[in-house]
Amino acid sequence: MYRETTIVADENQNLAAKEAGDFIINVGPQHPATHGVLHLVITLNGETIKKVEPHLGFIHRSIEKMCESLTYRQFIYVTSRMDYLSSHINNHACALCVEKGMQVEIPGRAKVIRILMDELTRIASHELWLGAMAMDLGAFTPFFHTFRERELINDIMEETCGARLTMNYIVPGGVMQDIHPNFQKKVKDFVKQFTSKIGEMDEIVTGNTIFQNRMKGVGILSKEDAVSFGCTGPAARGSGVSCDTRKIFPYEGYEKLQFDEILENGCDSFARYMIRIREMQQSIRIIEQLIDNIPEGDFQAKTKAVIKLPKGEFYQRVETARGQFGVFIVSEGGTTPYRIKFRSPGFSNLSALDHMARGSKLGDLVAMMGTLDLVIPDIDR
Amino acid sequence: MTNEELKIKIAELLPAAIFDEAGEFTAVNVDAADWKNFSRQLHFDEALQFDFLSFLTCIDFKTHLTMLYHFDSYTFHHNLVVKIKLDAAKPEVETVSDIWQTANFHEREVYELFGVHFINHPDLRLLILPDGWEGKNPLRKDFEDAVNMIKL
Amino acid sequence: MGQMISLSEISKIIDNWLRATFNPTWTLIIEMVIAGVCVIGLFAVLGLVLVIMERKVSAWIQIRLGPNRVGPKGMFQSMADTVKLLVKEGLTPDGADKFLFNLAPLIAIVVAMLLMAPIAFARDFQMWDINIGVLYVSAVSSVMVISILMAGWASNNKYSLLGAMRSGAQIVSYELSAGLSIIAIVILTGSLSFNEIVHSQVDGWWIFKGHIPVLIAFVIFIIAATAETNRAPFDLAEAESELTAGFHTEYSGMKFALFFLAEYVNVFIVCAIGATLFLGGWMPFHIGSWQGFNQVMDYIPSSIWFMGKTFFLIFLIMWFRWTFPRLRIDQLLNLEWKYLLPISMFNLLLVTAMAILGWHF
Repeated sequence: MYRETTIVADENQNLAAKEAGDFIINVGPQHPATHGVLHLVITLNGETIKKVEPHLGFIHRSIEKMCESLTYRQFIYVTSRMDYLSSHINNHACALCVEKGMQVEIPGRAKVIRILMDELTRIASHELWLGAMAMDLGAFTPFFHTFRERELINDIMEETCGARLTMNYIVPGGVMQDIHPNFQKKVKDFVKQFTSKIGEMDEIVTGNTIFQNRMKGVGILSKEDAVSFGCTGPAARGSGVSCDTRKIFPYEGYEKLQFDEILENGCDSFARYMIRIREMQQSIRIIEQLIDNIPEGDFQAKTKAVIKLPKGEFYQRVETARGQFGVFIVSEGGTTPYRIKFRSPGFSNLSALDHMARGSKLGDLVAMMGTLDLVIPDIDR
Repeated sequence: MTNEELKIKIAELLPAAIFDEAGEFTAVNVDAADWKNFSRQLHFDEALQFDFLSFLTCIDFKTHLTMLYHFDSYTFHHNLVVKIKLDAAKPEVETVSDIWQTANFHEREVYELFGVHFINHPDLRLLILPDGWEGKNPLRKDFEDAVNMIKL
Repeated sequence: MGQMISLSEISKIIDNWLRATFNPTWTLIIEMVIAGVCVIGLFAVLGLVLVIMERKVSAWIQIRLGPNRVGPKGMFQSMADTVKLLVKEGLTPDGADKFLFNLAPLIAIVVAMLLMAPIAFARDFQMWDINIGVLYVSAVSSVMVISILMAGWASNNKYSLLGAMRSGAQIVSYELSAGLSIIAIVILTGSLSFNEIVHSQVDGWWIFKGHIPVLIAFVIFIIAATAETNRAPFDLAEAESELTAGFHTEYSGMKFALFFLAEYVNVFIVCAIGATLFLGGWMPFHIGSWQGFNQVMDYIPSSIWFMGKTFFLIFLIMWFRWTFPRLRIDQLLNLEWKYLLPISMFNLLLVTAMAILGWHF
């Protein structure tokens, strides 16, 4: 039933659209700049991009189909494998959606732990993005500097969740186990180190003239287009679209916290870059508010071993590091979802790439992909 | 706009609409024939302004397919779910990719995973599945794959 | 001079012995063979040393350890890498132009070897004291671009072709400002011979006695040299994240190693030329009338001076690579044609005026 994929997908269609002087190159599925198995067919005129055509599916595991045969407790673990850089937030969305169906109130301690973990994950994701994007632009060194801080977060996660990347720490009803006794101390150490080292990034990356020239005025995405293409997260906020789910549709008690939604009006890659840098500082703000105020009590509400959701439709959206992540469950009343749909931020953000890239140079495409922060398993699901 | 006001407004625009209470959002069932006009009104009506298509997907109910669109408005922060019942044997619906550009990719995804044909879609090709895919659409309930699917 | 045995004395002893033993023709042939063996040996050593140096420098900049398994502190890592590259299969793509594909790395390495000829490694230690040394170097180094274009074209790969085209545009442009900044020194010295240029700096290196214009010429030379050797931030020809590996995408095994070696040797050569022109070559560092200090400086062998200066410049170029992001192709050409070229032309005027009026020391 499965046939081998040809390397140049849709060769005939491309040839039909090809004009004299066009130069078609394949970026991916194995290419250092795509950070995964994204395949872009790029039509070039010299160095200028005429068209970018994404071909997906190289890491498509059909998670939506898999979830149809997994129970409500099991399917959360699969979602860690979608956007592996914010796996914790994915789990959070699924747990919230299931809890919405169960109509269970989770303890305050679990809520605070979940938010703390969310924000730590967001910082870790942005740190990795920063290093990887600088590497795309040819600067290798920032990667190691950002990983130095990210490592601390991974250590914290390892102690408390038992895993460093796919945490699987959140279960319907709360969190899997209580936090490690060292948790608060380690998080405070991390916050201290992070705030003292973030200036280093400004010196080596933000202030660099070459870097600014590569970012400013590149990958313009106007506000209207950002909305129309369904962009969310830093990609849309860089165009001045106020779309932070934590502010608009608060969940899990984000409405009680003091933090700003970061907006920039540059509409270019540099604006998207600045959004993420400043967002990390807001995440630190949230962590500082909560780390000393973790309420005592249970870390998990009492739930039945086998979860059954009533017949109906449940939707929950959260803000991951890349944008709005939504879980849509159609339940027929059984122990497994009848149909599940993940609204992944990367998929919508990717659809804007062609629009952004047209007319710019090949080297800029890398900067655009970098600032859209594409995570391929999130796009392919 | 609250849910009640939204219902009144939509009932004005489309008298044939039927509301359902399956989820937390206002959900409206629309006939496939009305969808072209109604989608334009959703986006361009001053009081509605659903400028953000969060996602669109399809659900296979075995007897029929249901297209499901989830709209947000960045101006008013209200939500709407639109459902369109489609024939399982020959599912066809008008595209909305000319109104919300993100629908281009989402519709291509639904096209290959559910086999829904989007009328007037500019570029209806396989996006995720390998080229030359033959056989059933993978997310349909009657899809069987002896090699890669493990029944629990 | 201070040192008892120097490279020039060794070469003289060998020369005298050969002349006494063989007739003049055979002497010349044997000396050529010795020089050839020395150059190949130097190539191998440079390749090994520069690769391990790059990895250690990058590790130091990136707060990590770098290679530390093979040999003491990982010093034999590049040796192990060489063995790996030697025994690796050299693939040739089916669609490639096989003759040009195999020829390209050879041209790269031959050009790098030819460039070694006029460089003065120590006092009176030079393979070929050609009187147009500077011209020779600029002429021969421009052949380098042919090997890159050849490699890009013959690979029958679109990444390679793009990388080669970028490289062509880049090297041809940056040769202008590199040439103009070299001419500044030629004007001040009044000679094209490397030997005479070094001797003209006996009372002070050009970078010190040439005032600001020479300083500007030096900075432009370093930028242009980085660009000509395709090193970051001007590594558009390779641009890992855009073109996977640019012109040598399809090369593997020893053919790739030759390109790799040629790149590092070219870095060495441009740094050696920079050290010769601006930093006095093998001339020791002297300060006016400080007799004692000057004698101590003289005691350090001239080859150490030369290598020290060259490796300082190499370190500088490595520092660039591990610090800066890459430029875009249009920014790269803008930098050359809109900034470096006009500046170096104007600078040349200043230098000429300075030379005519005798304002330098």
